Amino acid sequence: MSVHVGNAESAPPFPEAAHNALGDRQLRANVRNATDLIQAKRNRMTGELPDWEQLRSAGQAIKTHTLRHLDFYLEQFEENVTHAGGHVHWAADADEADQIVTRIVQDRQGREVIKVKTMTSNEIRLNEYLEQNGITPHETDLADLIVQLGNQSPSHIVVPALHINRTQVRDIFRAKLPLPELGIENLTDDPSQLAEAARLYLRQKFLSVDIGISGANFAVADTGGVVIVESEGNGRMCLTLPDVLISVVGIEKIVPTFQDLEVFLQLLPRSATGERMNPYNSLWTGVTPGDGPSEFHVVLLDNGRTQVLLNREGRDALNCIRCGACLNVCPVYHQTGGHAYGSVYQGPIGAIITPQLQSLEHSRTLPFASSLCGACYDVCPVKINIPEILIQLRGEIVRDEQSSAGGKLKIENLGMHALALFFSHSGLMSKAEAMARFAQRSFIHGGVITDLPGMLRGWTESRDLMPIPKTSFRHWWKAHGKESAE
Amino acid sequence: MRISLFITCYNDLLFPDTGIAVVNLLERLGHSVIFRSAQTCCGQMHYNTGYQRETIPLVRKFADIFRDDEIIVCPSSSCVAMIRDHYEKVALLADDATLVAKVKEIVPRVFEFTELLTDRFELEDVGAYYPHKVAYHPSCHGLRMLRLGDRPIRLLRHVEGIELVDLLNSTECCGFGGTFAVKNAETSSAMLQDKIRCILDTGAEVCTAADNSCLMHIFGGLHRQKQPVKTVHLAQILAATRKYAQ
Repeated sequence: MSVHVGNAESAPPFPEAAHNALGDRQLRANVRNATDLIQAKRNRMTGELPDWEQLRSAGQAIKTHTLRHLDFYLEQFEENVTHAGGHVHWAADADEADQIVTRIVQDRQGREVIKVKTMTSNEIRLNEYLEQNGITPHETDLADLIVQLGNQSPSHIVVPALHINRTQVRDIFRAKLPLPELGIENLTDDPSQLAEAARLYLRQKFLSVDIGISGANFAVADTGGVVIVESEGNGRMCLTLPDVLISVVGIEKIVPTFQDLEVFLQLLPRSATGERMNPYNSLWTGVTPGDGPSEFHVVLLDNGRTQVLLNREGRDALNCIRCGACLNVCPVYHQTGGHAYGSVYQGPIGAIITPQLQSLEHSRTLPFASSLCGACYDVCPVKINIPEILIQLRGEIVRDEQSSAGGKLKIENLGMHALALFFSHSGLMSKAEAMARFAQRSFIHGGVITDLPGMLRGWTESRDLMPIPKTSFRHWWKAHGKESAE
Repeated sequence: MRISLFITCYNDLLFPDTGIAVVNLLERLGHSVIFRSAQTCCGQMHYNTGYQRETIPLVRKFADIFRDDEIIVCPSSSCVAMIRDHYEKVALLADDATLVAKVKEIVPRVFEFTELLTDRFELEDVGAYYPHKVAYHPSCHGLRMLRLGDRPIRLLRHVEGIELVDLLNSTECCGFGGTFAVKNAETSSAMLQDKIRCILDTGAEVCTAADNSCLMHIFGGLHRQKQPVKTVHLAQILAATRKYAQ
């Protein structure tokens, strides 16, 4: 098995990546402006529904039920896709999915493909694989196009170019788009001009490339239908104009029935972009002669998901409908943006998905990249208890560390055990307290602690620390002859 | 009423004034307070950092110490959240049915300080006097795990002489997060900087919260930047009177 999630295997640990991001003022301003804007819209749109909380519960219930019976629904989906004239392929991991897609394209002598809304393709690094095989992929979502042309990686689940502002977009377009050919002179950073440039460029692709690749927001088991929601109309083009359509779908995208979409098509747009409804909602089932693609393939992607399903403490991460609301509300994401997470899935949800899909050194820092403030849980449209899963994953990492002699001897582990011992024995605690009071003396300057060694230096780099006062509460209690109890 | 005080380890050691204020206020309101001296720590830091197994003896200890107390009060929203949201999980992890039963029985008797005043005692005016300009920071665990809502604000509004100011983005985390503050020190500091900017914009003299861990963090940043804004636990404001300024 070769499970990989984008380029996460070569990503630096979160604190290191965050260091770089925190130094980029432009990036932080871009992230803050964009997330504040989306967050405000999201709050308005969820706030206007009297049954928002019930919708969240319904979404959670449907997803949880589906994942408990995923084998059944996947087979039902396969049967219905096949019955409607489509083809279903099962991909155990990223490599297999890449091979399946590439083979389909090569069998049709395809040299180019147009793509819409497919985070799974980033997960399996499909573009890279296609290019190695002489096939040119064209991203058609505006933000994905910007990211692709700029040789960057997405920094947000829903708004992949969130870290880039319009001046930067103009520079990328000037460098990479054939502007003279498109009849464009003196491109400015005016949003309507930028959109027009992208539109003219993409239109050529829509009309000339006859293989489309998509992801899926939902795959409906009882009809075999696949759903894509989007805002730009490029999806409609990609899904209807090409002769061949290939959808790469994570196995967790299944919903049991067509009627379940009623819940998710309310939850998703309101959470993701703060809209009542997406401007374009495409739903197709198999093939229809003379209407849309004549050939339809679904690649059902596992790539570690069944392993996640086995983890009782972490499996709810698969309930995610990729709305990105947890990124927009996350105070850590606000500071660092998405690249620090080193994954195609960023923010709080990325911090619980990436380490579960692949247990790499880099991923082991992700569950700690949270202050556990709980804001993500509050906005999640399917009520994933992200803080709790973060804590459980931290536990798995700690226990794994403790299983080696080297890990046992790490300062953090020794310190935590020492503290647990003190806390378990009140007598020891008062001794430790006296020692701490004594030890702090050399660190106190001007009434506060300004410089601590080792791990604690992180605190005093930017923050002072109040020293331990002379009298503890329990000493005061005793000294005042209050009622004592054991 | 006889109230058992769970002071928490860091309040005991670092913020004795908060404990003293809780005792003074409860006694002023006509209650008696007991302090069980064998108590130590709720285990939150261990649990949240991934040392869940190491939390088991602390949960056991808590359940033993407080087993007979009808009302247990704690002036720390994050420690109460630890007890309420995670103790049963820890007991299950210990695979100890007796402990699970004990924990289930004890948890409903644990009150966060403002919950005790507003829910149990049905009080909003506790007769406090605090003539200062105050910004209230709703700590994350109080806000989103305990759902304290406007309880602290209702209590503060009735304090004589106080000028409560609105804190922009008040519900955003100050960046403390326990060991997060050292494991991801730079990100944590950047979050704190945003919080401090909002606090300074209010022109408040005092920043208060129902949790000294956030206040310790906020103090750390304010003091480093030589800002005169003070950080004071909510209990200390509520305990202050004309006679006994805190």
